[in-house]
Amino acid sequence: MSCNSRRLGGRLVRVDLLDIARWQFGITTVYHFLMVPLTIGLAILVAGMQTAWYRTGNERYLKMTKFWGKLMMVNFAMGVVTGIVQEFQFGMAWSEYSRFVGDVFGAPLAMEGIVAFFVESVFLGLWIFGWDRLSKRVHLACAWAFSLATVASAYFILAANSWMQHPVGVEMVDGEPRLSSIWAVLTNNTLLAAFPHTIFGCFAVAGTFVLGIAAWKVWKRDRQGMPHDEDRRVWHKSMRVGAWVALFSFVGLAISGDIQGKLMFEQQPLKMASAEALCHTEQPASFSVFAYGDVSRPDCESVKSITVPFMLSYLAHGDFSTEVKGVQQLRGEYAAKYGTHYPNDPRLGELAGERIEYQPNLPVTYWGFRFMIGFGAVSALAALGALWFTRGGRFPRGRLWGPLALASIATPFLANVFGWIFTEMGRQPFVVAPNPNPSGVDGVWMYTAQAVSSGVSPGEMMTSLIALTSVYGVLLVVEVFLMVRYARGGFESVMPHKSSDDDSGSGGSGSDDVLSFAY
Amino acid sequence: MDLPTVWFCIIALLWLGYLFLEGFDFGVGMLLPVLGRRETERRVLINTIGPVWDGNEVWLIVAGGAMFASFPGWYAGLLSTAYLPFTVLLLVLIGRGVAFEYRGKVDTDRWRRAWDTVIVLASWVAPLMVGLVLSATVFGLPLDANGDRVGGPLVILTLPNVLGAVAVAAFSLLHGAAFLALKTQGDVRERAHRFALRFGIPLLLPVVGLLLVAQLREGAPWTWIPLLIALLTGLAALARQAVGRDGQAFVLQGVALAGVVVTLFGALWPNVLPSTLDPAWSLSIAETASSPYTLTVVTWVAAFGTPAVLVYQGWTYWVFRKRIGTKHIPPVHAA
Repeated sequence: MSCNSRRLGGRLVRVDLLDIARWQFGITTVYHFLMVPLTIGLAILVAGMQTAWYRTGNERYLKMTKFWGKLMMVNFAMGVVTGIVQEFQFGMAWSEYSRFVGDVFGAPLAMEGIVAFFVESVFLGLWIFGWDRLSKRVHLACAWAFSLATVASAYFILAANSWMQHPVGVEMVDGEPRLSSIWAVLTNNTLLAAFPHTIFGCFAVAGTFVLGIAAWKVWKRDRQGMPHDEDRRVWHKSMRVGAWVALFSFVGLAISGDIQGKLMFEQQPLKMASAEALCHTEQPASFSVFAYGDVSRPDCESVKSITVPFMLSYLAHGDFSTEVKGVQQLRGEYAAKYGTHYPNDPRLGELAGERIEYQPNLPVTYWGFRFMIGFGAVSALAALGALWFTRGGRFPRGRLWGPLALASIATPFLANVFGWIFTEMGRQPFVVAPNPNPSGVDGVWMYTAQAVSSGVSPGEMMTSLIALTSVYGVLLVVEVFLMVRYARGGFESVMPHKSSDDDSGSGGSGSDDVLSFAY
Repeated sequence: MDLPTVWFCIIALLWLGYLFLEGFDFGVGMLLPVLGRRETERRVLINTIGPVWDGNEVWLIVAGGAMFASFPGWYAGLLSTAYLPFTVLLLVLIGRGVAFEYRGKVDTDRWRRAWDTVIVLASWVAPLMVGLVLSATVFGLPLDANGDRVGGPLVILTLPNVLGAVAVAAFSLLHGAAFLALKTQGDVRERAHRFALRFGIPLLLPVVGLLLVAQLREGAPWTWIPLLIALLTGLAALARQAVGRDGQAFVLQGVALAGVVVTLFGALWPNVLPSTLDPAWSLSIAETASSPYTLTVVTWVAAFGTPAVLVYQGWTYWVFRKRIGTKHIPPVHAA
């Protein structure tokens, strides 16, 4: 979008098919990825809580399993239904892309379906409805089955995405990539770096989510003068579990992010130079902490930034002296290598025959990168603070602590969102990025402008964009509404009603006739 | 059989699995206000599919993913050409999935009525869209040499395609009634049973119409065999329903559906998406298939994955095999 609008300068910009398709993919995917990390992280945490209950028989862990499990289910449903859109929108809106990469890209998607989605959905159903139908052991196994399947699903879809960032395991036949090694695709070094980073991101989200809600519950109880009873202990325990999980995740995120960053400097130097708004090659290069002025100016002259000397050389190459190439030099290198103009193909619409802008949208990459790290750091601080201020069963009484705890929930979500916006926008103008320093296969790339469905009209695309965005908007309100209700209701709203003669604690309602759980 | 043909058969199988499993899901949703007169009865209906509908829907996702992996040109051509029907399908599947999960989470009539509306509407619209796009892939679309649509977004609404849409919806309705007769007890079962018998023949008519149009326009001599099997087992299913053998009726309906799917995909072969403008522009199995290496990879995945899926998905149905009646429904337990 950036190169488009800039290229057209002051002219009235016609919103064309490509723009609508990109907005649609961006909105639906970012939205889907609000649900996904919470599902993945929370599913594993819930399975862990249930394991603790299974091992100890302590009712405290059953309450935690039931409560966090309920919130997970509210969220899971949304992740599932928005995931269907993901499976189909490649063919619908990006048919040229699907044709070009289908030989490679479809395989991990099919594997994700067969290996992960079936397990997720079937065992989640068993888990939700099976409390009194299955033995405790089998029921617990179901929890692990669906939660580990969500992790497997992340692996396969990241394999597909990593191939777009760094194509490997293919050879070009008649101008199209043909899969030559699925093993190479599934062990792509980009994937091996992105997978832990993403999974830590999921746990950061889930940990902070548990921390925020549980802290709010404790704060509210304390302010209402409720007793320090068992329920408070369970909330307090949940909060500490969430905070530890979040804290460990942020350490993992920093380490995996550093590895991923160094890899990206090799594989997509222009993305990383744009992330730093590094206009001119520097040796040694300094890291920009903050910038003011217009970072989008290609000459960069108006950009003033606060920098840390030598730091970027370290982030890129692991030492304090190596040169880091700037945007200007890289643009020239890309143009020399991949051409200066788009082919004169009418299917490219307004871009046909135009000059290719290799520089991604600088404000988006620069600020996306900083917001990712910034929001991540804020939520790490929140976790650290929570652990300190709540040590030994304490909880501060101040008026702001509750709202603060709730607000902290948003930070890892935002970090995830900005991270993905950065990584996808930073790949532009490519949908499949080439490798200037090929550890992948050189010569495999596709411009985003070539990828969109040429047979779909802008009107159709706009219709689906508006419809999906509206439905997604409404459903987000509904989901948050339900989560707030369950959070308010606490354990009362999720624990089974005790019937007179049932003391098994299995969650069953005692009578053989009545279902323990029903929609 | 070469690998592309094997995968053509696997795709047909995935669609069969989807139509069979989510067919009755849709039917249950369609029949919600018809057979569920009181709130508890509506909950009986919903809970017959509660633990399984999500797993059933994955068959659609995997059918899509498998088409992408094995026939990218088919996946890209069909989905982009039938853009609006797929958009509608996605929207109603989103609403429907959320509705099942959220309906019981707030204890007010207004809340439940709102989600019931979503369930019923979505359960009617979704099979219509599935039928529309499946018929379109059999009867063809106006494609140019690149596999892109010529003409507006609504060129898909031809008479045979609309017949296919109605046929899938009608089958789902009947299949849902048979499923409910098998899975419920008491009044709901009685009503489901009566519904299947009273409307069985009229509901089979559009399916028969679709089969005959497909056979006469695109069929091969051998596809008369699955067509006749579909007809006979469809009628046999109704006969077994009449004598109260719910299980047999349900299984026979599945066999009839298999006959329908084999007839349709048999009529489609060796194409995957014909062009109605010029046969030379039709997308064929050979042209759209992925490379032998890719097909080999996904074959291994399917060879190990699919039996496992069938086993544990079958196990779910075993775990939740009991009939459900109003006496099994617990009090509302909402937030």
